Amino acid sequence: MNDSNSPTNPVNSTDYLSLQGLSKSYGKVLALSDFNLTVAQGEFISLLGPSGCGKTTTLQLLAGFIQPTAGDMLLNGQSITHLPPNARGLGIVFQSYALFPHMTVRENVSFGLEMRQIAMQERNERVKRILSLVQLDAYADRYPRDLSGGQRQRVALARAIVIEPPVLLLDEPLSNLDAKLREAMQFELRRIQRKLGTTTLMVTHDQAEALSISDRVVVMDSGRIQQIDAPHALYESSDSKFVSTFVGKTNFLAATVQAGALQLSSNVQVQTHAPMGLEGNKVTLSIRPEKLKFANTSDTPKLQVQIKERFFLGNLWLYRVDSELGELEVSCINDGTAPKHESSVEHLTWDDAHFKVMSAPEALK
Amino acid sequence: MIQHTRTPYLLSAPALGLFGLMVLFPFLLTLFLSFQRFDHQVGIVPGYTLDVYKHIVNDPFYWEVFGRTAWVSLTTTVLCVLIGAPEAYVLSRMRAPWRSFFLVVILSPLLISVVVRAFGWSLVLGPAGLLNSFLQGIGLERVRILYTPTAVVIALVHVMLPFMVIPVWTSLQKLDPQIENAALSLGATKFQVWRRVVLPQITPGLLSGALIVFALSASAFAIPGLVGGRRVKMVATLIYDEYLHELNWPLGAAIALILLVVNLLVMYVTQTLVEGRYARRMGS
Repeated sequence: MNDSNSPTNPVNSTDYLSLQGLSKSYGKVLALSDFNLTVAQGEFISLLGPSGCGKTTTLQLLAGFIQPTAGDMLLNGQSITHLPPNARGLGIVFQSYALFPHMTVRENVSFGLEMRQIAMQERNERVKRILSLVQLDAYADRYPRDLSGGQRQRVALARAIVIEPPVLLLDEPLSNLDAKLREAMQFELRRIQRKLGTTTLMVTHDQAEALSISDRVVVMDSGRIQQIDAPHALYESSDSKFVSTFVGKTNFLAATVQAGALQLSSNVQVQTHAPMGLEGNKVTLSIRPEKLKFANTSDTPKLQVQIKERFFLGNLWLYRVDSELGELEVSCINDGTAPKHESSVEHLTWDDAHFKVMSAPEALK
Repeated sequence: MIQHTRTPYLLSAPALGLFGLMVLFPFLLTLFLSFQRFDHQVGIVPGYTLDVYKHIVNDPFYWEVFGRTAWVSLTTTVLCVLIGAPEAYVLSRMRAPWRSFFLVVILSPLLISVVVRAFGWSLVLGPAGLLNSFLQGIGLERVRILYTPTAVVIALVHVMLPFMVIPVWTSLQKLDPQIENAALSLGATKFQVWRRVVLPQITPGLLSGALIVFALSASAFAIPGLVGGRRVKMVATLIYDEYLHELNWPLGAAIALILLVVNLLVMYVTQTLVEGRYARRMGS
């Protein structure tokens, strides 16, 4: 049991952590409903969703701070559902960091090892090693109040990983940092996680964060899993309206299935994998803003649009355009050439394969 | 410019005036009084002397009264820590409607005159009081508690408890609610969480509560006077007797000043020894 806990041992690695039918309700309010997830050893999983979607509930259930109404949690084949939090041995990084303010950085990091009654010498060595991993060697004797937000965040991470937990839980670990630091810490977090090979679950509401550093992303809404996929697959092939809008931006278009093609309007149609047996039905199509292109002289123009507004995002231009299909968003790389003018008339082109049919056919408002 | 420099003085003038009139002036009067000569036949006579101080230091009776006051105050303080700290912790863990309800319950002793409360304890602890009726009812012997130091301690703890609960509760409010979960997740037992994480952080609150309780207990007058009676003499009741029964004002003044100095010393030493250490750790 102890051996298979260590990150280098690949025993039982595909269902290292398994959550089965996990549910939690508060009175009549269902915070989490039938949550099923299997995590392989060393995997980095993000739980992504808006606030109140049940992602934090899932983390607290795993940590043992709350008890599930139903379901089971297995770590390495052993049920941990009824273990108290201090017997689970999981590493947790809290959103507020929850550092011990009356202890130095060294004492904070050493606390978990002391609780495990690890001999002083080994304790000191491990603390030293972890502090150099998070690049805080020079701050070992400072108190948390003397550190910046990013440094506190790294102390919290060091304190959680020094105990070599089988699973690391991160509760919105970067949400209190400013944008620049957040991005740097994302990559830092991933680097450390890769190096240690610790199985990690991160809760976040920031889709960019989830996409950039996870192996798989679990998208949640109102207590239910909406989709579980690798970041790129999630972005490119999400088939629900919720996931398409929550992960990245998208344009929704109404279409009618006619003779195996999708008719967007009387003179615009898309040849794509039309759903079977829906002949004559209305469906919703989705296309990402960056998949729409302004037609060059060599392209076949497919739709005439008029530019309404444009926004400069540094690396991108975002255009809001009017067309016979309604308002659309188009984004183009800023390649250094002059942008399109507002209120000018342009033509759009696209690759039909980039249109996705949403799974709920009636749902277009 | 001139106006700018005057404004702070003008603004603080009423407070300073009040302080001077109500605290500083009587204090100086007491100080002078304690050095004046006293004759039992005539009263205060002209001239200054250290006689009363010599008298106090050489008479074991005064040592006994000061000693009793010290241990009654200390016992009260320790009991207030032992009862007040867990009480504050439970209070901070309560949910919204109950928390404010029990806070009012804890503060309610402050809303009733100390004299009324002292008489209340006399009724409870007296020879025919609630306690003795209860003991008799279950077939035990009666106890004599009223007019003993025990009664004074019981009544003082009741009166002083809010002064312990409030500072501890305030420092508990500053605790990150996740911090106990963090310690638990690192493998600490509930006791270790309390001992290693919660207690060190509420120590400044405990300390200021303890100092307030000790100082107020050491100078308490109504409770020892009414619950302790004539036999359990404490410093404040002794001062009262010297002033109003013996009419020996210089002696009363000297005892009052010694009480003040001892109280200040206790506070200063505790502050520098304990709080200094925590101030460094916890920051200001």
